[in-house]
Amino acid sequence: MKLARGLVVLVGLIVLWQVVVWLTEAKPWMLPAPAAVARAWVSHSGALLSHATLTAAEILLGLLAGTVLGSASALCMAYFRPARRWLMPVLVVSQAIPVFALAPLLVLWLGYGMASKVAMATLIIYFPVTAAFHDGLRRTEPGWLDLARTMNAGRWAVLRHVRVPAALPALASGLRVATAVAPIGAVIGEWVGSSAGLGFMMLHANARMQVDVMFAALVTLAALAVGLYFAIDTLLRRALPWQPDTSPAID
Amino acid sequence: MVSFDSISPFSVSVDAGSVEFGGMTLFADLDFTLAGGHTTCLLGPSGVGKSTLLRLLLGLETGTTNGSVVTCSDGKPLAGRAALMAQRDLLFPWLNVAENVLLGSRLRGEAGDGTDRRARARQLLADVGLDGWAEAMPDTLSGGMRQRAALARTLMEDRPVVLMDEPFSGLDVVTRLRLQNLAAETLRGRTVLLVTHDPLEAIRLGERIHVMAGRPARLDEPLEPAGRPPRDAADPAVLEAQAVLLRRLTEAAR
Repeated sequence: MKLARGLVVLVGLIVLWQVVVWLTEAKPWMLPAPAAVARAWVSHSGALLSHATLTAAEILLGLLAGTVLGSASALCMAYFRPARRWLMPVLVVSQAIPVFALAPLLVLWLGYGMASKVAMATLIIYFPVTAAFHDGLRRTEPGWLDLARTMNAGRWAVLRHVRVPAALPALASGLRVATAVAPIGAVIGEWVGSSAGLGFMMLHANARMQVDVMFAALVTLAALAVGLYFAIDTLLRRALPWQPDTSPAID
Repeated sequence: MVSFDSISPFSVSVDAGSVEFGGMTLFADLDFTLAGGHTTCLLGPSGVGKSTLLRLLLGLETGTTNGSVVTCSDGKPLAGRAALMAQRDLLFPWLNVAENVLLGSRLRGEAGDGTDRRARARQLLADVGLDGWAEAMPDTLSGGMRQRAALARTLMEDRPVVLMDEPFSGLDVVTRLRLQNLAAETLRGRTVLLVTHDPLEAIRLGERIHVMAGRPARLDEPLEPAGRPPRDAADPAVLEAQAVLLRRLTEAAR
C-alpha cells in the first residue's frame, strides 16, 4: 500500500513534469522532457552508477562519523556536567557557521578526495544528532530515575541502563533528520572541488550544456537520498520495536 | 510462595524538620513513625504532602528541606533498605517482564551468572499470577498485569521496608481488590507505608491508618482496624471503619 502510494506520487510528478514541458515548450537545454532524461540515464548508466557509489560512500561515512561524534558529545554532556558548559558553545557555533562557507576551506585542507566530502557530511549532521540525543538524555522519566535511585544504582549504571535506552527514540529522530541532510553535505563538497561523485557529474554536465545528463544525475541523487532515508528509518524501527508509532486514529 | 529469611522488621521514624515547597511550608516538625513489620496507611487531601513525606523517607529530592532526619529502630540508616512502588508501574519498555523484575541486580551490576536470581524472579512472577509472561514485553500487558509485574519487581528487591505511593489507583475496582489481596499476602511481615486516596483500600490493608491534613501538615490519632489484612471488603466492620475514615477525610479537606 505504502509502495503503491509512493509509485502514484512518482508517476504524478513525472506526468506533471511532462505537462510543463509541453505547455511551456521549453528548450531541451532548459528543461529536458522525462523521456530525454531517461535516455540520458540509460546511455550514461555506467558513469552514473560509479559516481553514485562514491557519493553514497561519502554520505554513509559522514553519517557514521557524525553519529559517533554526536553521540559521544551528547553522552559527555550528559555524564560530565562541566562538559556541557564547554561543549554547548562549540555545538552552537558548529550550527551557526554555514557549512557552505566552510566547504572551500575543507577542500583546501583535506584535498579534492573523499575526506573533505565526508567531513562536510559529518559537520552537517553533527548538530542534529547531538542536539536530539542530548535532549533525550536530559528528559528521562523522573519516576525511572527515582526507582533507579532506590535500587542503589550508581551514576554510570543509571546512564547506561536507564538514560541511554530511554533516549534512543530521541537519537533515532536525530538520525532521521541527519540522514535527510547528509547528502547535502556530500554534494556541496563535490561542487566546491572534486573529480568524482554525483555533484561533480552535475557540474560537469551543466558546463557542457548536457542538461539531460545533469537531470539524470539529479534523479539518481534523489533516489539515493530517498532510498537511504527509508533504509535507515526501517532499521531504526526494527531496532526500537518498543517505541510505538502514533496510533493511526491520531495520524 | 518465595520465602524470605532476610526480613527482621524494624520501625522507621521521620522527623520531617521543615519542608517548603513552592513557597509554602508543608511540614514543620512533623513526626511520623512506621511500626516495624506492620502496614501503615497515609491518607489526606491532594497536595497535603503525602508523597513528599514518602520521598523524604526514600531520600529523594523534595523541595527545600531543613533538618529532616530519618531513623530506624535498629540504628542503621534506611538507605538501601527501602523499596519503592509508585502509582505508575515504571516498567522499562525496552526490557521484557523478567528483565524488569531483575532490574535492581542489573542496575547494581551484581556479579554471577544469575541462575538463582532468574529462578527467583520466575517464582515471584508465578506468585503474582504472571506465570508464562516472563518473556512478554510490557506494552503487551494490561494495566493490572503491569502493576503485578511492578509488585514482583518490588518483591525481588527483598527490602524490609516497602513504600507505596497510590500503587493501585489507576486500576479498575475488581483488579484493584485482587492486587490488594496479593500485596497484603506478599508484603506480610515487612514495614510498609501505603499512601492512598482510597479509604476502603486503607481499611482493607492498613494496621495503622493516619489522615494527614492542614498546612503545615499534622497527623491525627491513627485508626487501628481489628483483624488481619487483607480484610473482606463486604465485612460490616470494614464498612463501618470506612465510614469513620471517610468522615475524618471530609473534615480534613475542610
